[in-house]
Amino acid sequence: MKLESKIPAGPLAEKWARHKFSLKLVNPANKRKYEIIVVGTGLAGASAAASLAELGYNVKAFCFQDSPRRAHSIAAQGGINAAKNYQNDGDSVFRLFYDTIKGGDYRAREANVHRLAEVSVNIIDQCVAQGVPFAREYGGTLANRSFGGAQVSRTFYARGQTGQQLLLGAYSALSRQVANGKVKLYPRTEMLDLVVEGGKARGIITRNLITGKIESHSAHAVLLCTGGYGNVFYLSTNAMGSNVTAAWRAHKKGALFGNPCFTQIHPTCIPVSGHYQSKLTLMSESLRNDGRVWAPKSKEDAVRIQKGEIKPTDLAEDARDYFLERRYPAFGNLVPRDVASRNAKYVCDEGRGVSKTGLAVYLDFADAIKRDGRKTIEAKYGNLFEMYEKITGENPYELPMMIYPAVHYTMGGLWVDYNLMTTIPGLYALGEANFSDHGANRLGASALMQGLADGYFVIPYTVGDYLATIGPADKIPVDSPAFKEAEQKVHAQVNQLLSIKGERPVDDLHKELGHIMWEYCGMSRTAEGLKLAKQKIQALKKEFWTNVKVLGDSEEMNQALEQAARVADFIELGELMVDDALNREESCGGHFREEHQTPDGEALRDDENFAYVAAWEYQGENQPELLNKEILEFENVKLTQRSYK
Amino acid sequence: MKINLKVWRQKNNNTAGKLVDYQLDNVSEDMSFLEMFDVLNDSLTRKGEDPVTFDHDCREGICGMCSMYINGRAHGPQTGATTCQLHMRSFNDGDTIVVEPWRARAFPVIKDLMVDRSAFDRIIQSGGYVSVNTGSARDANEILIPRTVADEAMDAAACIGCGACVAACKNASAMLFVSAKVSQLAILPQGHSEHKERAERMVAQMDAEGFGACSFTGACSVECPKSISLDHIARMNREYLGAKLSSENVQG
Ligand SMILES: Cc1cc2nc3c(=O)[nH]c(=O)nc-3n(C[C@H](O)[C@H](O)[C@H](O)COP(=O)(O)OP(=O)(O)OC[C@H]3O[C@@H](n4cnc5c(N)ncnc54)[C@H](O)[C@@H]3O)c2cc1C
Ligand code: SF4
Ligand code: FES
Repeated sequence: MKLESKIPAGPLAEKWARHKFSLKLVNPANKRKYEIIVVGTGLAGASAAASLAELGYNVKAFCFQDSPRRAHSIAAQGGINAAKNYQNDGDSVFRLFYDTIKGGDYRAREANVHRLAEVSVNIIDQCVAQGVPFAREYGGTLANRSFGGAQVSRTFYARGQTGQQLLLGAYSALSRQVANGKVKLYPRTEMLDLVVEGGKARGIITRNLITGKIESHSAHAVLLCTGGYGNVFYLSTNAMGSNVTAAWRAHKKGALFGNPCFTQIHPTCIPVSGHYQSKLTLMSESLRNDGRVWAPKSKEDAVRIQKGEIKPTDLAEDARDYFLERRYPAFGNLVPRDVASRNAKYVCDEGRGVSKTGLAVYLDFADAIKRDGRKTIEAKYGNLFEMYEKITGENPYELPMMIYPAVHYTMGGLWVDYNLMTTIPGLYALGEANFSDHGANRLGASALMQGLADGYFVIPYTVGDYLATIGPADKIPVDSPAFKEAEQKVHAQVNQLLSIKGERPVDDLHKELGHIMWEYCGMSRTAEGLKLAKQKIQALKKEFWTNVKVLGDSEEMNQALEQAARVADFIELGELMVDDALNREESCGGHFREEHQTPDGEALRDDENFAYVAAWEYQGENQPELLNKEILEFENVKLTQRSYK
Repeated sequence: MKINLKVWRQKNNNTAGKLVDYQLDNVSEDMSFLEMFDVLNDSLTRKGEDPVTFDHDCREGICGMCSMYINGRAHGPQTGATTCQLHMRSFNDGDTIVVEPWRARAFPVIKDLMVDRSAFDRIIQSGGYVSVNTGSARDANEILIPRTVADEAMDAAACIGCGACVAACKNASAMLFVSAKVSQLAILPQGHSEHKERAERMVAQMDAEGFGACSFTGACSVECPKSISLDHIARMNREYLGAKLSSENVQG
């Protein structure tokens, strides 16, 4: 397939403005003749649905939670970047662009990232106008902080609940359009297939999660804003329901999947406590500004700590290894997420991990408390310390916190062109669901920015161009054969899941998949391990389809059934992630292939051979997928090796 | 530890429900309350019995999805926490725990412990927003908002829409939820101009949904996982509603 990124010509800083001018417009009186389906009501979906409805389009918005306000964007804590330069500290659109491209280890498109940086300033204006209570200075201006190692303070935040406040802002705009009759909401409704006819996206098939009813919805365009797929690892910081089903089923209908192996592992999460663990909780990255990361120097001490014979505070200073400070004297505890995560893993692999499981390292605030006083630390991190204590039952003012890396974000996703359109005309992907602007590694506070940029400021322009091209008559009714056939397939899959009547509950199989992915396709990867993982996943797929146990009926609320369909898709996605990781014979950002590292153990990129987006094309059940490459051109930045020594 | 559970089981909204006894022998105190339910559901499934349906998603106290009424308290014995943030170390070996859904006329049971809270969405739709379109905003720093005001708005905005306030209230009133949104938007300059109409419409919608009247007992605020203050109810009554507690602006 020929991939056309549709990147506009012209100088970087003028591309978006020129492109907006060249896009076709839908006449205001004609907008109400178009229907748009928006799947997902997170930052990307809610902002898109509200903005499109304001323009006059008829929108149908879907989510699987009971309310659009509960999309997983709600859980983002830290903040949102914008190149406002309110602090006069040298920030600019170009600097935000540059930091984001570099942070992504040069695996994103220059033009997209620059547009993101441009519209970042409008996002803050929009959110403030909606009543989002961002943090303020005493004088009343907006407050900023520096986040994720950035050298400027460009992060806007609302306490530790930035995602919640941004989402509630978008949700309120969405609710206003529901009241205006321009948006029809479908909560507790899951998209289970995409309908493609005549080479265009025509609508979706859904299941009403309360009644189990399978339904068809037809539209002129479909926007997938369905979030990330971190739950392929079973344990992650994502919500329990986060899934890949909508994107995956679109992939199987012809939408290419970009860079599936690019996953972000966050270094500061609360460690696993037992086999019953269902999810992992993120502790804000800001903790690394004051906490010192360490593990015992000797294995013997680590074992005594694991057994509970001694406490960490019993270990003398010279028996501790502050491994980040030791290896990276310049950046110390503030090295990027991927570097911090990998180093914690190595320490634990050496047997020097702590906690009962041996899978944790310390994040110690004792020195910070001694230096600044408990009061200051409490003011900065009080709510995080409280949250930690609620979950672990330990007091972090007295004992060092225990942390371990966890899957947090997926940079990969549906391949989209500059207009956010997938390879299926009329099908768009926004937010974390697309392969995105974050390259191989996302910087902190930039996912919220991207979701809202896509929804508020990009899609309202680009979707109009498509709609104006096809015209209002180009839509097919829900009783046409394409819809009926897709409905039949969904029915058949639902019935098949219920009829297997095997031995193993869905979660049990999901855990096994997660284990394989974490072990072989997680923080560090080898060709050998990936090949083994592929075999294991294929075997698991067979096991799933012969031995899953889903009770109950299809015509009722059936949570196990919902989850079974999601896990089935995760298994297939897992295999593709492994293929992608195997294909990418380099290390970049969150993708670390042990075969490709510098003599001192850092990621070694291969720009000559791998400066491309890997876009995978589905070839049919159990067939290897076809690799398509979108070569990335860098005209405005020079590719350099990251160094944090 | 050993835990005896009495769990509300109800097939759907048309059938009667009842409490059913379950026993779990191997509960770890580090488990979250919902993880204990995962363990229960795993064993029920293996035995061929229908697992318990309950709402949950983020499991970190922010989405507002989880909603269990535990031993007579919304979200259980801990204050300032949601059900998903509750851990088994809050209980003792051998305890009997009664788990029910939120009970309110406006929150009908869907199945087992899951209820329908779409009434909350309709209340927000009736006025819980600032009327501004995408693209028409001015520079964010042109609106100066003193930190104290921003902080107060943030306190109100922290509501997660879980409905525990309704479940805790003997009248099943949604006043705390409504007043939190009214208050947040009214104290910010961006939302001020619409404040009166907003309050009227939201209260009217609350009545239309079948929530009860507020008799200011304060039970809601005690059980609220975000400790939303009763001050918001007082402010709403005083400043935005006056004596008028319903309006012709009601929709649907
Ligand atoms: C704990 C945590 C903290 C984070 N902190 C930050 C931060 O500080 N700063 C930052 O920039 N980023 C942060 N991120 C990342 C950021 O929050 C997410 O990338 C972003 O919010 C994703 O938004 P979204 O709109 O793409 O998807 P989501 O918010 O995940 O929304 C997905 C939507 O799709 C719906 N959906 C999914 N599948 C289906 C289906 N099949 N049918 C119907 N509906 C479906 C869901 O119901 C939901 O409405 C954080 C992420 C996590 C997990
Ligand atoms: S006011 Fe409190 S209890 Fe009521 S919905 Fe909001 S967070 Fe839940
Ligand atoms: S599951 Fe999200 S608040 Fe409890």
